[in-house]
Amino acid sequence: MAINIKVNGAMHSVPAEPDTPLLYVLRNDLGLNAAKFGCGIAQCGACTVLVDGKPARSCVTTIETLGQAEVTTLEGLGTTERPHPLQAAFMAEQAAQCGYCIPGFMMTAKALLDHNPQPSEAEVRQGLAGNLCRCGVHNRIVRAVLKAAQRGGRI
Amino acid sequence: MNAISRRDFTAGLGGITVAFTLAPRLAAAQPAAAQQPARLPGSLNDNRMLDAWIRIGSDGNATVCTGKVEIGQGIVTALAQIAAEELDLPLGRIAMISGDTEKAPNEGVTAGSNSIENSGVALRLAGAQVRAILLEVAAKRLGADAAALRIAEGVISAPDGRTLRYGELAAAADLHREATAQVRPKPASAHRIVGKPIARRDIPAKVTGGAAYVQDLRLPGMLHGRIVRPPVYGAKLEGFEDVRPTTVVAGVTVVRDSSLVGMIAEREMHQNRIARPLGSGAKADGFDHARIKAMPGVVAVVRDGSFLGVIAEREEQAIKASLVLADSARWVAGPPLPDEAHIYDHLLALPTEDKVVNEKQTPLADGVKFVEATYRKPYMAHAALGPSCAVAQLRDGKMTVWTHSQGVFPLRGNLAMALKMPAANIHCIHTEGAGCYGHNAADDVALDAALLARAAGGRPVRVQWMRADEFTWEPYGAAMVMKMKAGLSPAGRIADWNYELWSNTHSMRPSEPGGNNLLASWYLAEPQRHSPPRMQPQPAGGGDRNAVPLYDFPRQRIVNHLIKDMPLRVSALRTLGAYANVFAMESFMDELALLANADPVAFRLAHLKNERARAVIEAAAKKAGWKPGELGDGRRGRGIGFAQYKNLATYVAVIADVEVDRASGRVAVPRVYAAVDAGLIINPDGLVNQIEGGIIQSTSWTLMEQVKFDATEIRSRDWDTYPILTMPDVPVVEIELINQPEQRSLGAGEAAQGPVAAAIANAFAAATGKRLRDLPLTPARVKSVLG
Repeated sequence: MAINIKVNGAMHSVPAEPDTPLLYVLRNDLGLNAAKFGCGIAQCGACTVLVDGKPARSCVTTIETLGQAEVTTLEGLGTTERPHPLQAAFMAEQAAQCGYCIPGFMMTAKALLDHNPQPSEAEVRQGLAGNLCRCGVHNRIVRAVLKAAQRGGRI
Repeated sequence: MNAISRRDFTAGLGGITVAFTLAPRLAAAQPAAAQQPARLPGSLNDNRMLDAWIRIGSDGNATVCTGKVEIGQGIVTALAQIAAEELDLPLGRIAMISGDTEKAPNEGVTAGSNSIENSGVALRLAGAQVRAILLEVAAKRLGADAAALRIAEGVISAPDGRTLRYGELAAAADLHREATAQVRPKPASAHRIVGKPIARRDIPAKVTGGAAYVQDLRLPGMLHGRIVRPPVYGAKLEGFEDVRPTTVVAGVTVVRDSSLVGMIAEREMHQNRIARPLGSGAKADGFDHARIKAMPGVVAVVRDGSFLGVIAEREEQAIKASLVLADSARWVAGPPLPDEAHIYDHLLALPTEDKVVNEKQTPLADGVKFVEATYRKPYMAHAALGPSCAVAQLRDGKMTVWTHSQGVFPLRGNLAMALKMPAANIHCIHTEGAGCYGHNAADDVALDAALLARAAGGRPVRVQWMRADEFTWEPYGAAMVMKMKAGLSPAGRIADWNYELWSNTHSMRPSEPGGNNLLASWYLAEPQRHSPPRMQPQPAGGGDRNAVPLYDFPRQRIVNHLIKDMPLRVSALRTLGAYANVFAMESFMDELALLANADPVAFRLAHLKNERARAVIEAAAKKAGWKPGELGDGRRGRGIGFAQYKNLATYVAVIADVEVDRASGRVAVPRVYAAVDAGLIINPDGLVNQIEGGIIQSTSWTLMEQVKFDATEIRSRDWDTYPILTMPDVPVVEIELINQPEQRSLGAGEAAQGPVAAAIANAFAAATGKRLRDLPLTPARVKSVLG
């Protein structure tokens, strides 16, 4: 069984059952590290990716539901050498401790900034309410997102 | 450019010993024994060879080894800063190796906010000595006086302009020699890398999807495993129901490696293991292998007593198979859990080992009025955001384990015990995981992976726990009861202070002797026993960490009651007992201040001689704009909390503002101020990050966190049943750092949590006039005291 999915602009044929959560395909078939397994039940946001520009929990999004949708992961934004403004801002603000939750926050923030390029601090906090961070990096995350907004968070 | 400031150490090379200040003091503490080698500072004492710490390559770059590991606290960056500073190398030319049983020094466990103090001191002294050795070799080769040479960026220059690069000296510089700790490190005034907010080395990969974690490890041929844990502690796997066909996913053809099956069968015969080769058709223990065989991708089911796991080609296949197995497994329940509603009574009724940990007796003054209060803290979870993970591979009799354990050497010891293998045949390699905040399931999953790897025919097996496994099986921070009784003199001074605490142990790590502390080892066909819980010695202490007040009281008595039975699994959670002890003591200080009609800040200062302690309290008060005698308005209030972590490490004073919604009972903490003295600051941004993270995590603990359970099971299974603070409710944090260039660097990762709990509770009392002594400060408790 193989299913075609479009991730970060490229088509991939993956040898997985249709009911396989996108998360495992991203990580194990496509070798993409950013989306993380945190809970498997869409509570924590560590696995957040964009599906057609909207944040989605890849741990509960089965690949059969994707159809022609475009999946964007953190890897699709930029690289260490050519970081997206959000990635540059997270580096500049040192917005991580363990960092496990950070890609999920960044993808949620990406969708937030695409929708609202100049959010207030309160809007950022509210917009990221569904992602969990255990180390207590929240305020750095907010600063990084606001900084990215100043620099134009849109790609 | 450092030549002048470094003359003192070059003088040391000429034969005049220049003692580094840490060395003699520690040496003096050791009884003089002729045969015993001199005690060396920090972790140098147990890892005495210089090249165990630092190697210089022919390219002139340094490889720096540490036994301390990155757990999101930024330690590897901070240690690189220390090494680069002493070696006079740019940071980019320092490669770090950390936490590897074959490459790095054994520094025990990365815990207790000890890394800067132990590993940092070792690298500082080793770096200074290596630099001196390089200088000595260069001086010989250049025929120059070492004192006249200059070093910058790994290049040594003579006054006449000739230069030698470290790479050219590396072969002649013998680092395979004992550290002496006699070469004086740079004074703080010469620091160019230490003290700077250097960006963390690990962050770029973490924000771009680079491979940063053990979870990201993908080895060739890697399989995926999942464990089927019992429904509750101590349950025994009796057998299996037939797997219900409805739960079996329609099969796809999976080509199985027949040699693998053969290998497993062979091992089973030879070792009498219970790894069942698929295709045998055997129906052992009532388990129908034909059914599980129908599941796509399944490679092996591993059972050893009540340990049950499954290996599959793909991760989602392993998960599905584990659900099918869980569905069919028949367990005999373990002993019932205690009643959560009466957990403290239950704990207090258990036998204890009692110890007076500190006592000061002077005659009791006249007219002293006594007051008492009891405080309680529930079981709390580490609740790592990423469930624990490990990869293990057994090849040619050697087990390699990639692990996010905080202590690869202690883990190796417990693995050797469980696997009945010589430790020398086990290689543990630290690879980062999600933040752990103490002893969580990181070590347990390493054994799980190793047990499965034995049935994988040489292929690596990656095991990650599921969310419910992580919540229900991790060792929690122990529930505690703290009883305070103090006497106030007519002048409003504390004349007597009695403090008793009841707690399980806070350390059941693999480093504890006398047992095996890896979860799966207790469920094997030949079960192993955990270590006996024991009192951790003061001054750092365990349950009694920070139980001895830093305040100056004329009389005091502190008693630790160690409860040895552990109805719930417990071990080290960030701060051990300090969080609860500081919460209780600093809450009680406010209760006494109220009785004495004194301002809480002034009341503390009146009982405190320690200058650095006073300074952080004063700085926090100033930063927050504390107004003596300011009262809450029934809804808003502010409170203070203070501690020096372990009475040995970083000083932190915290002031918290709270807002109480009297209708809903909800307590919000909009803002927290902190003043911090961590001695000589290595990386100010790293220090702020640690303190701020500690403040936010402790706000979550204090307002929300409590492990739920009933007689049959742990009920905190996910983020709905164990909620934590989320973004809109996180306080704004303002931190003031007090740098102490002439003082040694102090650990800070656990310094803020206790003071935060007390500051919030005190702010609540200031706001409402009501005291909450049970953690967490839930809406139900708030409403019950507000009426």
